[in-house]
Amino acid sequence: MPCIEASGLRKAFKNTIALDGVNLRVEDGRILGLIGPNGAGKTTALNAILGLTPYQGELRVLGRNPWTERDLLMRDVCFIADVAVLPRWIRVSQLLDYVAGVHPRFDRAKAEAFLTKTTIQRASKVRELSKGMVTQLHLALVMAIDARLLVLDEPTLGLDILYRKQFYDSLLNDYFDRSRTIVVTTHQVEEIQHVITDVMFMDCGRIVFSCSMEDFEARYLEVAVRPEQVAAARVLRPLHERQAIGRSIMLFDSVDRSQLSPLGDVRTPSIADFFVAVLGDKPGNQAGQTPGAAR
Amino acid sequence: MNTMNTPPNAMPESSRDSQINDSQVVAPAFLAATRPFYWSLRRELWENRSIYIAPLAVAALILFGFTISTVHLPDKMRAASALDPMKQHEMIEQPYDFAELLLMATYLIIAVFYCLDALHGERRDRSILFWKSLPVSDVTTVLSKASIPLLVLPLLIWAITIATQWIMLLFSCAVLLGSGQSAATLWRHLPLFQMWMGLLYHLLFVHGFYFAPVYGWLMLVSGWARRMAFLWAGLPMLAIGVVEKIAFNTSYFANILGSRLQGGDDAGALSAPGQGMDPLTVLSLAKFLISPGMLIGLAIFAVFLAAAMRLRRYQGPI
Repeated sequence: MPCIEASGLRKAFKNTIALDGVNLRVEDGRILGLIGPNGAGKTTALNAILGLTPYQGELRVLGRNPWTERDLLMRDVCFIADVAVLPRWIRVSQLLDYVAGVHPRFDRAKAEAFLTKTTIQRASKVRELSKGMVTQLHLALVMAIDARLLVLDEPTLGLDILYRKQFYDSLLNDYFDRSRTIVVTTHQVEEIQHVITDVMFMDCGRIVFSCSMEDFEARYLEVAVRPEQVAAARVLRPLHERQAIGRSIMLFDSVDRSQLSPLGDVRTPSIADFFVAVLGDKPGNQAGQTPGAAR
Repeated sequence: MNTMNTPPNAMPESSRDSQINDSQVVAPAFLAATRPFYWSLRRELWENRSIYIAPLAVAALILFGFTISTVHLPDKMRAASALDPMKQHEMIEQPYDFAELLLMATYLIIAVFYCLDALHGERRDRSILFWKSLPVSDVTTVLSKASIPLLVLPLLIWAITIATQWIMLLFSCAVLLGSGQSAATLWRHLPLFQMWMGLLYHLLFVHGFYFAPVYGWLMLVSGWARRMAFLWAGLPMLAIGVVEKIAFNTSYFANILGSRLQGGDDAGALSAPGQGMDPLTVLSLAKFLISPGMLIGLAIFAVFLAAAMRLRRYQGPI
């Protein structure tokens, strides 16, 4: 049984179609990065998976219907929906009491152990904590829950670089154990490139690209083509071409490395650059989302 | 995502279950089902500390005022002994009744403001996303919120009233004994046990159950309104009343609403605060509980609450 299975997932709001026939399948033990421009439908897709919004189409999460069985599903699913959703009035100790009270799979000792590594005081109220500390607190709760699926929607939005790095380090080292599944959306694409095992691009309510990272690294290569080789490189039909620091950077799909290395420096493209190449040239999308993506 | 391969599941279902702490496995299913409710209730009390702070503050105020008034108590008691028993009774009981009424009013004010914020606050501060990330159903959440005005507040106000009146009485006795008078008259005119039973019925059944549709409506509005829940709670009532008046020149709706807020005609049969509890009041209590006014009110309450539960399922942060 796959962790998440959706077919023909649709969701329309008053004026927009947020999900336009999404089919996806996420197996156990994967870390999926869901990437897309603002308004692509990422959050709507996650909300459907979490049972927060009704939808049309078929969707099973851990074998359950999330819309009708949200409370049961949440025994096996955790989520952090952007930052700062912890109630501001609550004390850290109360939060631990509450989660321990309602969640059958919460290991309080584990959460406490994680918190002792931070400067968070048990008697503090959430409103007294900094944004980074609130995220640490939420992460401490989530990591102490023995869940099968963790959904993160922009978990590091607005955090400084130290907290962001620490966040993903903790997630990988202390939490992920190959039996759990993680789905993460973020605009900080470069931060998750080495974390995720699968990548999926969404645009206008559709999944426009989906690939495992192994395949991604095997298939796609980026070459900083030497000026005299540009014509020869174009013969190999690059997917995309851009200019950076006086060089043409070309992206190739399934072209052998030995063919490319004479043309210039070959490397695996960053997901961010690849994202721009796949989606950035369409009208309405801002190539400026990724630094260094000149058109 | 067909390219994904499934690694062997390192944690089969059985080993996961064994990790759940033993007490829960042993605990009967009933306990397991009420646990989320219990903790949801506690969370309401953490969030809305005014539920107990406000009545405690009012009780402190009453006691403070009463302490000052006892300066004249010995003189008053001497004067009272000349009055006829009926007047004497009234005079002695008056501060105790006043304390009761004041705490009752506190109850209603807290309940109204609590209900209007119950399903609104969590959407406003986006914490609904956190609450919904836990295995607690919308039904449990809404029920726990509804039980605050219906059960928690009446019982709490009752306990605080008892404590307040008890302290008042003991303090009066001390003052009287200190001035060399007997406190017997005081005790004779204060049938505290009967007063307290009457008060319990009144709080629970009139201000709790009979007012239930009002609380249900306020909670529904708080789950629906994006802002100004207070206004939205009142406007439709006003609108219905105005339309009825203009269209038919009648005011049935306003009368129904008014009688509901006054505790209804049926509630009159129930012992008013301060009166004793005799077999007759027990009978009238039973009659009150199955009166059409009560039953229709509870039915409307159930409809409002079900709508609020459904709304919470659909609603996200504002």
